Parts: sequence; structure tokens; C-alpha cells
Amino acid sequence: MKASVQKVLDRYKSDPTRLMDILIDTQSEVGYVPDAAVAQIARSLGISRVDVEQTLSFYHFFNRKPAGEFQVYLNNSVVAEMYGRRKVTEAFEEAAGCRFGQVSDDGLIGLYDTSCIGMNDQEPAALINNVVFTRLTPFRVREIIRDIKAGKKVEDLVVEGAGDGENAGKLVRSMVQNNIRKIGPVLDPEYIPGEALKKITRLTPEQVIQEIKLSNIRGRGGAGFPTGLKWEFCRKAQGIQKYILCNADEGEPGTFKDRVILTELPRLLFEGMAVAGYAVGATEGILYVRYEYRYLQRHLENVLAETRKKKLLGKKIMGKEGFDFDIRIQFGAGAYICGEESALIESAEGKRGEPRDRPPFPVESGYLGCPTVVNNVETLCSAVKIILNGGEWYKSFGTKDSTGTKVLSVSGDCKYPGIYEVEWGFSVNDILDMTGADEPQAVQVGGPSGTLIGPDEFDRILCYSDLATGGSLIIIGKQRDLLKDVVMNFTDFFVEESCGSCVPCRSMTVLFRQKLQKILDGHGVKQDIEDMIAWGPTMKINRCGLGQTAVNPILSSIKNFRHLYEDRIRKDRSFDGGFDLQAAVAESCWAVHRKPLTEENDHE
Amino acid sequence: MRKPVIATASLAGCFGCHMSILDIDEKILDLIELVDFHKSPITDIKKFGRKCDIGLIEGGCCNSENVHVLRDFRKNCKILVSVGECAVMGGLPALRNGIPVAECLEEAYLNGPTVHENTERILPNDDELPMILDKVYPCHEIVKIDYFLPGCPPRAELIWEALIGLIQGKEIKIPYEAFKYD
Repeated sequence: MKASVQKVLDRYKSDPTRLMDILIDTQSEVGYVPDAAVAQIARSLGISRVDVEQTLSFYHFFNRKPAGEFQVYLNNSVVAEMYGRRKVTEAFEEAAGCRFGQVSDDGLIGLYDTSCIGMNDQEPAALINNVVFTRLTPFRVREIIRDIKAGKKVEDLVVEGAGDGENAGKLVRSMVQNNIRKIGPVLDPEYIPGEALKKITRLTPEQVIQEIKLSNIRGRGGAGFPTGLKWEFCRKAQGIQKYILCNADEGEPGTFKDRVILTELPRLLFEGMAVAGYAVGATEGILYVRYEYRYLQRHLENVLAETRKKKLLGKKIMGKEGFDFDIRIQFGAGAYICGEESALIESAEGKRGEPRDRPPFPVESGYLGCPTVVNNVETLCSAVKIILNGGEWYKSFGTKDSTGTKVLSVSGDCKYPGIYEVEWGFSVNDILDMTGADEPQAVQVGGPSGTLIGPDEFDRILCYSDLATGGSLIIIGKQRDLLKDVVMNFTDFFVEESCGSCVPCRSMTVLFRQKLQKILDGHGVKQDIEDMIAWGPTMKINRCGLGQTAVNPILSSIKNFRHLYEDRIRKDRSFDGGFDLQAAVAESCWAVHRKPLTEENDHE
Repeated sequence: MRKPVIATASLAGCFGCHMSILDIDEKILDLIELVDFHKSPITDIKKFGRKCDIGLIEGGCCNSENVHVLRDFRKNCKILVSVGECAVMGGLPALRNGIPVAECLEEAYLNGPTVHENTERILPNDDELPMILDKVYPCHEIVKIDYFLPGCPPRAELIWEALIGLIQGKEIKIPYEAFKYD
């Protein structure tokens, strides 16, 4: 083991800022990251063991113990549940002979839950040793486990054939489907790499920024910061070295548009990063991709190499003196919070993905303390089209305050889940018609951290001034129990994914969850609803946007579906703690072989 | 006017909060002018003989007896106050909440490094003993609590000001510094 870890360390020149890669590669070599490897890595990087351990323990795809030769990570998102996850779970447990969270006795199979893996349009889905399995059924699960036990390799377990487009390419060979249902300027397959770069070599960086500002494009990750302004800030910031980071860590449950762009249009994305590099004066770019998309790694690396060969990356791009820009790919290791830009930077530096205090903002002090632009995948792709066709052209799409188009990830109870590129200004009703949603009870706009709306708001418009969204729309049909199936699932997600830095995000999410559970258990009272509303503003203390929105599923459902709460609470009392003495003493009485006293014959 | 009646109890606590009540020093003389103490370790009155105005609860609930006492307080006190970290959130005793009860009992009575005499490996199970709860509960999960005084223990002046406020029916002005959560 020592030699193989040393090989990994040498590969990254024992650079502590590459700790993520070192741990990922060590795990690939050894199967997990044992304590001895932690010590070896710490020594070699010249950092303390706890520095290694705190990164290692932060990300849920890292294992510190043997976690099974075949590691099954089954997505537990709302849509997976809608499409029969429970039966799939049971089938896995029965066939593998162990429960979720455990490894089978022979060490062959480990079963684990994981948050949304970006396959919401083809659920239930799982990662098995980084290979994606979609649309799982109990029957398929039994086959897969049988084949694993028979000694097959993970690649040979896929019998469905490959998905569409590049998914069928020999470097991907995945059963994942793109499900592109509607294309627009960004997803337009008629794209020739290099045209935009050719054009900007005739422009000054300031002119490039001017064109982006003219287009009025705003960040597509969800927060909607004006992209041109961000580039300008970074251009003007003091610093010899600057960086372009692309955020491809789409972890918001129900979002999978970046996965499709990375699969089909990586050249467009790399060109967008180079354009941004030229505009702000950065020579290095990092594409931060979530661990769940590691099945795209060889494909992305290959496109990078090919792009370099065509001189669209590297030194003297398009023959222009001084236009140097190159990109490396950084994988995460399973943490929703790394989609937050400052957490993403921390993670790319090899640390725990904990958001930073701001100011300073990344444009002043970002990656390694240097001025850094962090942009969403879709933003950078849109920038290329803006350069090619002009800011005025871009403004012809969308509304006045929300120009251009938005790539939506639509999933849930509809006939045609998938990717839709629409102009801003569509109403929720338009989307529902387009996707064949017959009997929607509610739509979750912008993922769990967004807004849950009901039919009386389906005429609302998707745009920054009304319903802003990073692109996730989850349609919830009439047949679902909104509180139990949806809101509780989202709340579990936030409890699981809190980085733990800020107390309200770490603790209040749990308290909100308890309240909701109490209401679902029939012990809720009016005060519980009032409490949750009153506690809501406390969440604004959290440092990052994700923490601030962590109880939105509950607050937004109380606001728009209050009757669902009112129907479940007890009207006959003002207090109900939900405490059951008999149940609470059962365990200890069992342990000491004692008959629990009932209320009646109790000595009290 | 009849003097308001106060009752106090220490459940799964360390009596530190009661000590903090005594920490109001000479103001204790003012306090006994203002109120009567009924059931309380201070008076050693064991059972409620009358209705009380204010109940002060120290400690959370770790066993069945705590639950009965707390419910009794709720029945007999108009206003119930959780005093201190343990009553408010479970406090130090709640450190066991992540550990199964059986494991806790075995550690305490069978396997702990200080266990030498228990050769028959007995786990206490006499019916006279309270039954241990599956975890330590903060008081407000068992009964309705009207007010919470944070701190470990809450500072004497916080307890004093809160009591005076309750007795006089006035909103209290407590300096920010008086609130300590540890």
C-alpha cells in the first residue's frame, strides 16, 4: 500500500492544495483510506494528520474503513421515492444480505444512501463503483447482485446498452439518457468550437466584458449575480494570478442540466472558460465537477486534450501573444455544500467544503487568495453564444430583467422529464403543459432550497423578479402526500448536508425536522406551526445561501399549503409533547430484565 | 395582597442552578419578604399541599420519577420555568443520548474501570427504583414550559430579575451580558 500511496503523492508533487485528488486516487488504489495512509499523506504534504482527517471525514464518498468491494450508493431523492425506491431498497438488502449503511459479511457489497446524484429524470438510480445504473427495479437489482456475486466486473453489469448521444461514446459507455426535450441557443448542437475565441482575439478584454454586460446575463446557478459585473470586478482586482472556476457541482436535488451539458457540450464549456479567462486576465481555470459525475471523467479529459491539441487551450491561443489559458478538472467527493462558491473554492484547495465569511468576495480573494471568478456551467456556455452573436441578440430572448434562456431540469410526476431550454418569462403552467404533467398538486421551483407552489400560483413567471430558479423543477402529483413524501425528504436532505459551521443550520434543521415529525405522528398542535414560523428568520444568521434556505421546504409549505398542516394538528389541546412514558422506559426495562410499571400500578 | 408562592425542583441536574438562586446573596432576604416557598429542596416540603404561582425546574428528565415530578409541577404551578441548560436542552446528562441505554448500564455497572464489587453482575432492577428513559429529555418535550432561563447555571441576577418580573408582572430588562449559554 505504501508504494501505491507514494505513487499518488508523486503524481501531485506532494502539493497540499491537491489533497482532494490525493485522497480520491488513494481510495481508488486501496479501496478506502486507512489510517496508515493518512499518516503517510500528512508526512509527505508537511501538514498535520488532523488536516488530512478533517478533509477526509467531510466528504461522504470517502471511506476510512473497507466499505465493500462493490459500493452501491442509492439515491434517496424525492423523485427516486416516487418511482419506487422503497422496493428497490428492499431488493438490494435482501439480495446482498445486509442493510443500508452496512457491508455484507464477505466484504463484497456495501449499501449506502446518497443524496441526489443528478439522475432525477431516470430514477431510481444508483452509483455502483462510480458506474451509473438508472431506472432500477427489484428485478434488475436481483440480477445485478447475482452478477456481482458471480464475479463479474462492474462494467459488465450494465446490460441495458448505452444512452443517447455521447453517453454511447466509447469513453463514457453509460446507460444514462440525456432526455433533451427542447433546445435553444445554449443547447444548440450546431456549434463550432473556436469561433468565439477567434472573435475575441480581435477585441480587448474590456470590450469582451462590455459585450457580456450589454447582454444583461445573470448567473445561472440560482443567485443571479450579473456576470459582466463579476468579470469586471475580477479584472480590476489586484493580483498577478487570477483564476476562472467553473461550478459543475450541481447538488440541488432535481438539477441535472450540467450533467447533460458536460456530456454533450464540454467544448462549449471549455471555450466559455477561456473567454472568461481572456476577459479577466486569468491563465488558469478549474472545472469543479461533483463526484457523482466521475463516469464522465475520461470523456472530459479526452475533450480537454483534444482542445489543447487544436490550440484552443494552452499557450498563445489562436496564435495571440499573451493569451494563455489552461484548465484542470477537480472532482469533489460528495458534499452538497460545495455548490456554494466559497465552499467550492475551499474544496478545490483540498480542504473541508465550508463556506467562507464574506467580504472579501472571491473576485478579490478566491482560490489560493487570488482574484477568482466562479461561474455556473450554463453561464459560461451562454457567454460563448453572447460573444458570437452579440449582447443585443441575447437580449432578444427572455424578459427585460431576465434576458436569455434558462436550461431547466424537469422531473417528478410528468410524462416527459428531462432538459428544456426555455426563454425566461415562461409561466409554470407553460412548463407543466410542455412536460405533460396532468394532475400536479404542487411544483418545487429551484430545488428544495427554492419555493413550493400550488395551483393558484401556476401562472407565475420564471424570471429573477418573480420565480427565480437555478433550473430545477420537481412536479408533485395529486397522489403524493406532500408533507410526508416531499417536505420531510427535503428536510432530511438539509439535515444530512449541513456542513456544520453555523449553529442554526446545524441545529435548527434538526429541530424543524422534529417538529414536522411530531405533526406527522399526530402530536402536532397549533403552537408547533407558530414556532416554526417564528424560528424561520433565525436561519438568516447562517453564513451561506444554502444554510439560509435550509428550512425553506417547511416555511414555504406552511405559507402555501397551510391547510395540510392544520389538517394534521390536534385541535383539542394547546400542548402535546408527543412523549410516551411507556415507550421511553421500554428499552431500559428490557436491559435490566424488569417489567415496566404501567401508569396505574406505578407507585407514584 | 397574598404573597406569590414558589416551588422548585431539581430533576436530572446537579443542583448548581439552585446554588445560583442562593447566589443572589443578601437579596434572599428581600425575596422571602416577596414570596413564600412551598415544595422545594429549600423548605424540604416533599408534596404539593397547595397551588403555586411559579415553578422553577432545574434539570431535564432522565427517568420516570423526573417525569412524574415534572407533570406534578405542571399540574400545580400556574407558571413553569425551565432554569438552566439541563432543563432547557438536556445539558450534560444528555451526552448519553447517542448511546443505547443498555450500553450505558453495562458501562456503569458491569464494565466500567471503577467497577470492582459487582461480581454477580447485577443491573439494578428493583421496582422501587425509577425506570431509566431511553434518552434525557428537555422539560418542554414533556410538559408545556412557559419561560426559559439559559445558562449553566443561569446567573443569579438573571434568576432574580426574572423572578421579580414574574412577580410584578412586568417585562424585564436584562443586559445582554447576563445571558450566558454555557
